[in-house]
Amino acid sequence: MLIGVLALQGGFAAHVRMLRGLGADVREVRVAADLEGLDGLVIPGGESTTMTLGIEREGLAEPLRSFGRPVFGTCAGLIMLDREHLGMMDIEARRNAFGRQVRSFEADVEISGVGGPPLRAVFIRAPWIADHGDDVEIVAEVDGHSVAARQGEMLAVAFHPELGTDTRLHERFLAACNGR
Amino acid sequence: MRDEATFRVKAGLAEMLKGGVIMDVVDAEQARIAEAAGASAVMALERVPSDIRRDGGVARMSDPAMIKGIQDAVTIPVMAKARIGHIAEAQVLEALEVDYIDESEVLTPADEHNHIDKWDFSIPFVCGATNLGEALRRIGEGAAMIRSKGEAGTGDIVEAVRHMRAIRSDIRRLGTLDETELPTAAKELGAPLDLVRGVAREGGLPVVLFCAGGIATPADASLMMQLGAEGLFVGSGIFKSSNPERRARAIVEACTHFADPMRIAQASEGLGAAMDSLESRALGDDQLLAQRGW
Repeated sequence: MLIGVLALQGGFAAHVRMLRGLGADVREVRVAADLEGLDGLVIPGGESTTMTLGIEREGLAEPLRSFGRPVFGTCAGLIMLDREHLGMMDIEARRNAFGRQVRSFEADVEISGVGGPPLRAVFIRAPWIADHGDDVEIVAEVDGHSVAARQGEMLAVAFHPELGTDTRLHERFLAACNGR
Repeated sequence: MRDEATFRVKAGLAEMLKGGVIMDVVDAEQARIAEAAGASAVMALERVPSDIRRDGGVARMSDPAMIKGIQDAVTIPVMAKARIGHIAEAQVLEALEVDYIDESEVLTPADEHNHIDKWDFSIPFVCGATNLGEALRRIGEGAAMIRSKGEAGTGDIVEAVRHMRAIRSDIRRLGTLDETELPTAAKELGAPLDLVRGVAREGGLPVVLFCAGGIATPADASLMMQLGAEGLFVGSGIFKSSNPERRARAIVEACTHFADPMRIAQASEGLGAAMDSLESRALGDDQLLAQRGW
């Protein structure tokens, strides 16, 4: 199984490490041709403005929209998937919603559909989901704010599972990629 | 249970800056240009290093009004510099809620023996290093991100290359030692033994390693990424060049496509004049900023 990790800017290396640790082959994606033959794609955290400019510069918006396989977005990746950016999920992200770095935090988060104990989630200048359409299932909340959503084969989380040691979300993503 | 300011949260922001360019800016207008060109963060300071070098005198933390103006102008992270050992400047920057504090040799040191106890702060710190021992001492003091020092404000990459090679080479060397040899290696490096053991085990620093000091062109950016930098700080190199907006975009592009020479060639085309540069070897000892820090 070959998984792509968008590597224009941001925390792509930690995703690559975690996915390889789970036995997947991984390719860093910087240009449209890198999307060929992938079974799934991770859009990592990073700076969403930087990533947006990179997607424009590389002409990646259309190839990403027509990717057609499972996508897992974390933090800035969630923002990239929203209505205002790639429009691949019917969600509206609010950038830096939890505040500046001084208000970044980690917390135990219950994720619907993920068995076992809560996941220790790292939120860094994190967004939340301010609005979503009917096809979107909100699967986690923190302080009453939506921080994880699923729509078809798209999964978006406002936090950074790749920075911890809990691989359950990545395992579920790989299972979805394998299902095709 | 919810925890703020854990080391994972502090070092995690640096993880998110990886593969990106952090640009020195002196006002809101420059900050907006940097953000629009794809900077992953900005460093707010009153004078870029080449001007600090030219002006001489004591270089201090920037005016809070100027830092706040930049925070209001952009949504990307805003960093600011405190003098080495200047606890009070760091406290002020923390009160302003900057996203990262750079305890920087570019400013005039306030303490010639001690660095700031960075564990005491909820804002993360980045510190400069010229070798592995220095990097690990800073991490021991709580730094959540390391950058090479280079020789800021010169536009000469040679010192950054020296520092990055020294750090990476020392890391590789630790990997060849057995457990019995590590305490002596720690003593020689002047670094905490637990951190030395971690580097030997993991083959890398426990925090993100960026390059700073002397980057002026897309090819400089590519060079430093190929030498193992995980991202770049560019100081005078952008806003002291003839076309800052274009050069900023080109260096951002080079940072992403560092391994593709054709992309570096394209990014380097028609950028106009680079910053006015100084050969760092021609500088007197008293003018070298990289020697500050202990």
